[in-house]
Amino acid sequence: MSRIWSFHGGIHPPENKQQSLLKPLRQAPIPPQLIIPLQQHIGAPATPLVEVGERVLKGQAIAEPSGHVSIYQHAPTSGIVSHIGNYSVPHPSGMEGLCIQIDTDGKDEWIEHQGVEDFRSLEKPALAEMIRCAGISGMGGAGFPTEIKLHLADDHIINTLIVNAVECEPYITADDMLMRERAAQIIGGIEIAAHLIKPTHCLIGIEDNKPEAAIALTQAARASEIEIEVVVVPTKYPSGGEKQLVKLLTGVEVPYGKIPADIGIVVQNVGTMSAVNQAVKQGKPLISRITTLTGDALDSPGNFEVLLGTPVEFLLQQAGLNPMSLNRLVMGGPMMGYTLSDTSVPVVKTSNCVIAATEEEFPQAPPAQNCIRCGQCEQVCPAELLPQQLHWFAKGKEFDKAQSFNLMDCIECGACAYVCPSNIPLVQYYRFAKGEIRREQAEQRKAEQARIRFEARQERQEREKEEKAAKRKARAEAASRSQANRKDQVAAGKPAAADPQEQIKKLKTEAAVARTKLKKAEKALAEDTANTELQAAVEVARSKSEQAQQALEAAEKASPAPAPTLAELKIAAATARTKVTKTEKALADAEAKGAASADKLRASLDGLRAKAEAAQQALEKAEQAEKTGSSSKPAAPAADLKQLKSAASIARTKLKKAQKALDQAREDRADTAELEQQLATAQQKADTTQQAFEAAEKAADQADGGQAAPAADAPDLKALKSAASIARTKLKKTQKVIDQAREDGKDTGALEQQLAKLQQKADDAQKAFEEAEKAEQSSSPAPQPAADKPDLKALKSAASIARTKLKKTQKVVDQAREDGKDTSALEQQLTKLQQKADDAQKAFEAAEQAEAGSNTSQPTDAGSDLKAPDLKQLKSAAAIARTKVKKTEKALADAQAQGSESADSLATALDKLKAKASQAEQALAEAEQNSETVG
Amino acid sequence: MEAILIAVLILLGVALVFGALLGFASIRFKVDGNPIVDQIDSLLPQTQCGQCGHPGCRPYAEAIANGEPINKCPPGGESTINALADLLDVEPLPLDAEHGEEQVKSVAFIREDECIGCTKCIQACPVDAILGAAKQMHTVIVSECTGCDLCVEPCPVDCIDMIPIETTLSTWSWAEPMPGVQLIATDRGRGADQQVNNDSDNHTDDSDQRGNAA
Repeated sequence: MSRIWSFHGGIHPPENKQQSLLKPLRQAPIPPQLIIPLQQHIGAPATPLVEVGERVLKGQAIAEPSGHVSIYQHAPTSGIVSHIGNYSVPHPSGMEGLCIQIDTDGKDEWIEHQGVEDFRSLEKPALAEMIRCAGISGMGGAGFPTEIKLHLADDHIINTLIVNAVECEPYITADDMLMRERAAQIIGGIEIAAHLIKPTHCLIGIEDNKPEAAIALTQAARASEIEIEVVVVPTKYPSGGEKQLVKLLTGVEVPYGKIPADIGIVVQNVGTMSAVNQAVKQGKPLISRITTLTGDALDSPGNFEVLLGTPVEFLLQQAGLNPMSLNRLVMGGPMMGYTLSDTSVPVVKTSNCVIAATEEEFPQAPPAQNCIRCGQCEQVCPAELLPQQLHWFAKGKEFDKAQSFNLMDCIECGACAYVCPSNIPLVQYYRFAKGEIRREQAEQRKAEQARIRFEARQERQEREKEEKAAKRKARAEAASRSQANRKDQVAAGKPAAADPQEQIKKLKTEAAVARTKLKKAEKALAEDTANTELQAAVEVARSKSEQAQQALEAAEKASPAPAPTLAELKIAAATARTKVTKTEKALADAEAKGAASADKLRASLDGLRAKAEAAQQALEKAEQAEKTGSSSKPAAPAADLKQLKSAASIARTKLKKAQKALDQAREDRADTAELEQQLATAQQKADTTQQAFEAAEKAADQADGGQAAPAADAPDLKALKSAASIARTKLKKTQKVIDQAREDGKDTGALEQQLAKLQQKADDAQKAFEEAEKAEQSSSPAPQPAADKPDLKALKSAASIARTKLKKTQKVVDQAREDGKDTSALEQQLTKLQQKADDAQKAFEAAEQAEAGSNTSQPTDAGSDLKAPDLKQLKSAAAIARTKVKKTEKALADAQAQGSESADSLATALDKLKAKASQAEQALAEAEQNSETVG
Repeated sequence: MEAILIAVLILLGVALVFGALLGFASIRFKVDGNPIVDQIDSLLPQTQCGQCGHPGCRPYAEAIANGEPINKCPPGGESTINALADLLDVEPLPLDAEHGEEQVKSVAFIREDECIGCTKCIQACPVDAILGAAKQMHTVIVSECTGCDLCVEPCPVDCIDMIPIETTLSTWSWAEPMPGVQLIATDRGRGADQQVNNDSDNHTDDSDQRGNAA
């Protein structure tokens, strides 16, 4: 027999246990509805596994743990889940919590379940998992998940397993009844727990007011394979408190802020042990418990085996409730329980007792009076606190002081309030103070968290700012560096190239400004000759102007005059000449008027003439240099050719003009000798240029002929084409000129010669073009299908061009016929063109067909991917067609109203358009249908 | 005479030794910053709401350490003021209404289908409790929200509500017992009406038991 220690304080309230022990354990019937709160334990609420309307079987898990400290909930009987929502739950706050409501079907149909008789054969984790899946939480007090407690051996050395069978609170007999009826089950559960945590001692603590239970347990323990000692302790409230029981049975105090496991002790309730036994050996989860129904308002108080979730009001009816005499309904014991405000709350895993008390039984508390500092509370406090001090601190809201007086060690047993002669609700004060302290601590934690986050954010912002600044700085540095580089470059490179020009410009403007100023000053001086100041100013201005001019000239001389291009020189020469002519005119005017300025003008004219001559000379020199330079550069024949061409044409134009002028002169009978001379030179010039041009052209032709690689076919073709057409045009023009000349009865021999030449040229060009074309065609006989579309376009435009040409030629032919001219050549041409146009049209149609063929085969191949854009295209096409039809209709109406001739053609066009539009519409409809069927 | 001289010399020596010790300690164990600021800061609610006129709680803590009134913190309310008064050993003042009134604790809530994803509230939140990105819906991380309501003002579509935190089963705590109805024994019964609420709200009184026992 082990020794029994004792703990400080404690009280002996009237037990009132016998009322509920008069009758044996009864089975409560299945209520029509069960309400299973998702939180019946300490920790996180469970998560529902079922949905509304689902049928559940007895023992089926309906909610799973949602965290480490959380448990399963099971259906206590078979039925249908009718609602998942908020219901009143057994809680001192009277608040609602999430519950699963089950409409029972009365069949009480079990889900398949199987226990393990030989639990020792199981691995520890498997055994613990069985207990976890059975949803067992402590059934004595707070409802801590049992499985976690049985796991404690993993990181604690457990030497003692204490089973709490004390049940010290008045009125409650649920454990007593359980022990009397199911002692073997309890011992079985203890064996399982002992197997899991391997303690050296197993103790059952039981008060000496339950002799029957103690005997039953002792007998059952004797039959057990392991040594289980039943320790009977004297009746004293609150021996059933965990820490008090530990002290009572082992003499060890659980230190502040620790759990019994820290000193190698695990405490379990007898009810829990019974549930563990059932879970392991029968595979039955925790779905019912024994609850004491007692109180004077009940006719037949007693203990009931109740399905969890049974509403209290339903239970009370089973025990014969007198609603008239019911004054207060208390869940739990009278010392630590709480008043229920709602009788519909369900029985949960921790509900060991429901007291339906009459007014006489639980009278109103007498009014609280002032503390008289009697010190009785201190004497009964099982936690050895100073209830009086704590009361003051709680009342004065000095929570930190209360905390320093170990308020948090208070087990809220109510012994102090029980003995208080002033009827002070001490426990309420402590509960309030504890709540406030917990709230403050939570706030403190949150504030700390917020502070950390705020500081982290500030740090981040600071960092970002710095990074941004650094980036900006880097960018600015890079920019300044690049600018400096540019400056360096400018300093190194420009002064040689650009500066002198700019300087000259500047100097020029300066000089101009100085001159203007000088002029102004002179004017002013002229108006007011007496003013010496002005005179001085004029002097100054003059000197300034001169200086500026000098500076300009010096700069101009100093700067290596940029080689003036031919064009510039030309312009300069032209301006010089223009000036000369203008001055000449002015001179003539002046002479006619006999003005005095004629002399001046004459002088300036001479100067200008000299200048013009100089410009001309420079130009000619440059031209010569250019020529020699270009003749030595065969690499640029094209450019030369062009220049020469234009030069030749210019020469010819000049020649013509000269000729004209000569003719005019002759008509006027003027002295034409000079002009004739001029003409001759012009002729010469024109000839030379023409010759040069032709030579260059030949050279170019040769070069081209050598180069005419098939790769350069297309551009060649174009060039040849245009060359041929140019040749023809020239031919025509020459023809015209000759005709004119003949009409005028002039000598056309030279011209005819030229014509013949041109004809030849044109023929050559045509031939070359045709050859090239042939070569082209043969080189691309099989137009690749990939290039279908562009080909199609090209063909289309070619066809249309051919048609246009045909029309034009037709017109020309008609005109010629009307004029009664020889049109055989033209007709020939016309037929040729016709053929060409036909060919082009044919080619186009063939290509189109091929395209269409490939198109029609495409959509079927490519599938619906191409349909959407097709559809869009078709839609827009249809819309365009419709719009066209409308417009044409309008135009037709207008034309008809005006009775114009175009009405007929418009009508035919309209018909065509209508046909087109309907086609487009049809195509669209088809495509839409297709896409719909595909879709 | 000699004895006096000896005594004076000893005292002088002791004074020098202790002076040196103190001087050494003041350099060796010098505390950086003002430790009182940290203590004040730890008492402030850290909502960083700026209602006190300072950009955050720490600046206000520094200001208090420099002599500013302690009653400028509406989120902290009376309890913070009391704690500060206790710490600084000054008279607790009533909350300065100029900086706002003590309000129920609340958290921000974004009506998410109205949010346009402008990120303005994210920038305003002092504790990074709003999650979201440009043109994405934003949401408040409830567990991190301090209820400072700084995000409400910048919202261009006014889709942020401050929702008071409701008491749940896990956050519920017992209320303070009604101050005892200080009646003399002969008044028993007359005060019963007042007692009913108090008692039924709380738990079974132990005196019932005594009555029963008697």
